[in-house]
Amino acid sequence: MSVLTIAFYAFAISTIAGGLFTVIGRNPVHSVLWLILAFLSSAGLFVTLGAEFVAMLLIIVYVGAVAVLFLFVVMMLDVDFAELKAEMAKHVPIALLIGTVLLMQLALAFGAWEYGDGALERVAARQGDQQNTAALGLLIYDKYIMLFQLSGLILLVAMIGAIVLTLRHRQDIKRQDVVAQMMRDPAKAMELKDIKSGQGL
Amino acid sequence: MIGIEHYLTVAAALFVIGIFGLFLNRKNVIILLMSIELMLLAVNINFVAFSAFLDDLVGQVFTLFVLTVAAAEAAIGLAILVCFFRNRGTIDVENVNVMKG
Repeated sequence: MSVLTIAFYAFAISTIAGGLFTVIGRNPVHSVLWLILAFLSSAGLFVTLGAEFVAMLLIIVYVGAVAVLFLFVVMMLDVDFAELKAEMAKHVPIALLIGTVLLMQLALAFGAWEYGDGALERVAARQGDQQNTAALGLLIYDKYIMLFQLSGLILLVAMIGAIVLTLRHRQDIKRQDVVAQMMRDPAKAMELKDIKSGQGL
Repeated sequence: MIGIEHYLTVAAALFVIGIFGLFLNRKNVIILLMSIELMLLAVNINFVAFSAFLDDLVGQVFTLFVLTVAAAEAAIGLAILVCFFRNRGTIDVENVNVMKG
């Protein structure tokens, strides 16, 4: 067994274990951590496939941003998760049934695929001994520049949407009043009195 | 030797686990979102596997776009979830009918 084979099986097993424990976990915080394991080990799978750039992107975007977002939300919301889990056992049979049916459908398509007409002429193979990242860059910034810009637009819309959805202006708390602070006159703010000793005001 | 079938098997298993999670956690919308992320990850594994074995980089380019959409979806989904929790005090989504649709 070569190193690559061992690495593949290790990453594959930890990916599937991470996914499985994500969905059956009792504590959502543990679920997020298992999800992070699944993402990290599938990044490893991508490295074994020679797609280093996508692997690093997976770690940065998923583990660094999405999983941390999940973690924040899980920890911020004060939810009784045990109550939500109470009826989980009721759904196990239907979930197993649908999962098995889907698995069989995927198995039917397993070995029975073939290339479409002219598909092999259209492939964008990497040229010579180009690095994965360099080849991807040439493709994204040249042939797929429009899609690249559009995905930036999607992220912008998502960002604005998330801010608009979660922003709220609370009235019942003390706030800084910037205008009042700036219009304040130091001469009127404080009064100095000369008090003789032994006397009151 | 590791062939494309091995990667496709992993992706299929991960996808079915995602579906399984969708049906298992009908109430907990956080786990629902995580299941959707798992399914998108399975699709990404398929894309990258075919891309590597056919020597066609377009699969990896498409993976980038799937990644973008998945990140946007997670952000919006969690924002809606926080909003929902503020209004209702729970994240039980089994019988959500705020809009009476």
